[in-house]
Amino acid sequence: MIPASFDYVAPTTVEEALAALAQYGDEAKIIAGGQSLLPVLRMRLNAPEWVIDLGRIDSLKGVRDEGDSILIGAMTRHCDVATDPLVAEHAALVARATATVADEQVRHRGTFGGALAHADPAGDLGAPALALDAEFVIAGPGGERVVPGSEFFQGLFETAVSEDELLVGVRIPKHTGWTAHYEKFVRVAHQWPICAVGATLKVSGGVIEGAAIGLTNMGATPLRAAGVEQALVGQQATEEVVRNAAALAADGAEPPSDLNGDADYRRHLVTVLTRRAITKALGG
Amino acid sequence: MTAVEARPEQTNEIGRDRRRKEDARLITGRTRWTDNINLPGMLHLAMVRSPFAHARITNIDTSAAADAEGVVTVLAAKDFDETLGVCINAWPITPNQKAPAHPPIATDRVTFAGEIVAVVAARSAAAARDAAEMVEVDYEELPAVVSLEEAVKDEVLAHPDLGTNKSALWVFDSAQAGTGGNVDEAIATARNDGIVIERTYRQQRLIPAFMEPRSVVCDPTGEQITVWSATQIPHILRFAFAATTGVPESKIRVIAPDVGGGFGGKLQQTPEEMIVFAMARRLGKPVKYTETRSESLLSAHHGRDQIQKLTLSATKDGQVTGLKVELDANLGAYVAIVGGGVPVLGAFMFNAIYKFPAYQFNCQTVFTNTTWTDAYRGAGRPEATYAVERLMDELAAEVGVDPLEIREKNWIKHEEFPFTTVAGLTYDSGNYEAATAKAKELFGYDELRAEQQQRRASNDPVQLGIGVSTFTEMCGLAPSRVLGSLDYGAGGWEHAQVRMTPTGKVEVITGASAHGQGHETAFSQIVADRLGVPFEDVEVLHGDTQIAAKGYDTYGSRSLVVGGEALVRAADKVLEKAKPIAAHLLEASVEDLEFTGGRWTVRGTDQGLAIGELATAVFAAHNLPDGVEANLDSEATFDPEAFSFPHGTHLCAMEVDTETGQVKMRKYVCCDDIGNIINPLIVAGQVHGGLVQGIAQALWEDAVYDDAGTLVAGSFVDYLLPTAADTISFEIDHTTSPSTTNTLGTKGVGEAGTIASTPAVVNAVVDALRPLGVNDVTMPCTPERVWRAINESSAGGETTGAAAAHFDPSTGMSGNVDRTEGDVQ
Repeated sequence: MIPASFDYVAPTTVEEALAALAQYGDEAKIIAGGQSLLPVLRMRLNAPEWVIDLGRIDSLKGVRDEGDSILIGAMTRHCDVATDPLVAEHAALVARATATVADEQVRHRGTFGGALAHADPAGDLGAPALALDAEFVIAGPGGERVVPGSEFFQGLFETAVSEDELLVGVRIPKHTGWTAHYEKFVRVAHQWPICAVGATLKVSGGVIEGAAIGLTNMGATPLRAAGVEQALVGQQATEEVVRNAAALAADGAEPPSDLNGDADYRRHLVTVLTRRAITKALGG
Repeated sequence: MTAVEARPEQTNEIGRDRRRKEDARLITGRTRWTDNINLPGMLHLAMVRSPFAHARITNIDTSAAADAEGVVTVLAAKDFDETLGVCINAWPITPNQKAPAHPPIATDRVTFAGEIVAVVAARSAAAARDAAEMVEVDYEELPAVVSLEEAVKDEVLAHPDLGTNKSALWVFDSAQAGTGGNVDEAIATARNDGIVIERTYRQQRLIPAFMEPRSVVCDPTGEQITVWSATQIPHILRFAFAATTGVPESKIRVIAPDVGGGFGGKLQQTPEEMIVFAMARRLGKPVKYTETRSESLLSAHHGRDQIQKLTLSATKDGQVTGLKVELDANLGAYVAIVGGGVPVLGAFMFNAIYKFPAYQFNCQTVFTNTTWTDAYRGAGRPEATYAVERLMDELAAEVGVDPLEIREKNWIKHEEFPFTTVAGLTYDSGNYEAATAKAKELFGYDELRAEQQQRRASNDPVQLGIGVSTFTEMCGLAPSRVLGSLDYGAGGWEHAQVRMTPTGKVEVITGASAHGQGHETAFSQIVADRLGVPFEDVEVLHGDTQIAAKGYDTYGSRSLVVGGEALVRAADKVLEKAKPIAAHLLEASVEDLEFTGGRWTVRGTDQGLAIGELATAVFAAHNLPDGVEANLDSEATFDPEAFSFPHGTHLCAMEVDTETGQVKMRKYVCCDDIGNIINPLIVAGQVHGGLVQGIAQALWEDAVYDDAGTLVAGSFVDYLLPTAADTISFEIDHTTSPSTTNTLGTKGVGEAGTIASTPAVVNAVVDALRPLGVNDVTMPCTPERVWRAINESSAGGETTGAAAAHFDPSTGMSGNVDRTEGDVQ
């Protein structure tokens, strides 16, 4: 488990990091928490000539209140996101999902931005970010640009971040007062989810005023279950409404087949998990 | 001093839950693991391995690798002569067994993905690894046969030269052996007027996945060639080096330093060991090779991998009349050191604790183009136990009675011991009634059955199942005569020495070779009691052929029941030698001496001498009786007359979510009878770890290959090992029927949990679903398989070859890891 030899640079500002990217281009890989890159290097599935480490860029760490939204710095570790009071108050679904990422050790090294930029369809954070209408702040040679979740995730391990750019933060509109649950389905605890569903809801007087449902590992990118959301909003939060809505969860999804289940099984599974996620988010 | 207070502390070491004295160094890693050994001028090796399951090697170009920085040499098979040696098969199970030659480096053909084709020696491990990627090997792919089902058809051959994939057919028939009736007649009768249960069960392939990857260091610079290896079998390895390389055994020293787990996976003479040995001799320098985790999963031997076709016949009320077993066992590409014999060990266990009147066992070993298989915790016995315990549940369902009732109807009653079984073994002791009664009570059997009924009645989406496993096993691999009768190429005795040092301390030397078992603690307890010395004064030495010159090493739950008894006998010889010297020094007659609490005293006097004082006196040798040697040290070799037969009743409750197929363990109780217990804490550790390993076969682990022969479950992302987060707290208890095959009355415990737990779990899963028409779920019982069993009434077959690995370079990850856009976390 010895990676091929590479050179290493650890910039302390975003500008320096962008300069390094510009210089080394496609011979470089960026390392954040290293929880996905290091296994890939050690198994020699990839051998970049340069590794650019973002670990010393302090400006990318932490969660900020921006009025109508919160901004989670790309280099904020999972353990810090999961316990952050701003995240808990305004993006409860992110807190819930982050607390389930892999295991305690991984959560103390892995980062929010690193995981999202890696764009593993089985990663736990894409679906919640998508469901909460997160905006992805990307820095490049021409300054910063912001892309919505629907454009950020472009395919299997593919994002809108181009070769000379960095994901620097994720802005999440405040969902204050929304309840949330992340229903994750695994065979062993430390595994990537076979399928998972993030549900967050705003309920007032027994009526569902807002619903956001994200699906993990049901396709090449995180998915949003728009049909389920539409079937919930404006309805009484009854068992029947939830059951009927959840039955729509697999619509349009093209889940993978792998050692843990074929696509048809996942299409069934996601309806059960969606029902449970919504029910638990409703406090059931 | 006024009064002697009653001292609460326990004086006997045996039976005491001593914390393990070896743990501090093992757990902190501040010890000598093989990979920690660095010698002056040492070179490092990396292996070039075949990516193909079956291919002809048409060319190997080593020039670029040889020119790389830090590289000393790059060699392929053609560069070695016969001094490289071969990998041996020590257990040819039949006289006409077919077995291909097994060179450590493939010559002109590779027969599984992971086989070594070239070796690089360099000044650093990193340089060796880099250069290994620069060796260009041209392959001409050949058709590969991967699955057992395909291999038995003999259409595609793993070794075309052999003309067949079938290696050996081993048969036991009770009518022929005179140990029972004719099984075919029993089945025919039952078809007419009785019950016949026919099932096919799959024992999926498992990977031992020990914590410390294998590592070998060889130093050829002394008069003896010294080899350190992360092995379970230093003595057998030394023999294999000598037997196959031409180096005299007296010139070879093998050391197994602290070894981080084995589970049978390090009961092997490996190609890597042979290559390291040859390279060190050739280069005249110390050489090290440590495998990567990927290499370990890919090419260290695998375990299990059988298909069992079973026919059980019984009377209508559930009295078993016969069992016929037709078993295909996957050897992989070669017959490993005891690979062919592992399924044969199961031959004696399919009848388990029951009085079956007729029995037949047919085992066909089969070659495929996959990693070779060999011993894995339980070795043959878990497979057999699984089959019979699943069948007994099926029989109970057929008769319509509780699975414990059908077992009781068929098992050996406690007053019937010793009992000679239909497989010809004589069980020395046991009490299945007592263990079962205790387990039932601890489990709350009746309450859980009531809850199960309630859930069934209310159509609860989460159903409850209760699984039973009343197992026994034969362990303490030993009786040399029995092993000889099975054509096993070695004996099974064990050797021990007890040495008294001048200061009165005790050195114990054992031929057993611990790799995590806690021998140092348990053996110290035995000797401390025997010689009456403090536990702390006993040092246990092992795992070095220069110190522990004789031994048969550690596997098959043998170290305590065979090695422990050798130790007792050696200690007793020390006392025999000491007694006349003590009498001489105390100026008393031997008849007047008593030995208690580590002291000889002269009856009726206050005169006495501690064993430590005696050791000092013997060291000085100033005043010994005439003709007596100045030496108390003693040794003993013990070869038991029979195996020992632990048994137990395991009860498992599983909750099955019928909507998702997810299963969740609710409760696990076991009551094992392992005879007398030396250290309850070590026993609990063995039972807990064993249970998890067996449960993991039932639920999680599966070494899946794709159709091309690539190991898909080649990393821990896809080969699902459980962690503490996936298990519950087990409740364990014991009954005690001391073994009569050793004076300590002990039975083996190292494999018990693994053997018993797998069927208990699967029986529980099936029990939960039986009202839904399910009578089997293939292992591992994945949520998908359980869901399909409920919805499609199929048990689910082999994990499909279409399945993809999370890290598989050919799917998903690879095409994308090469991309450069975006960060990688």
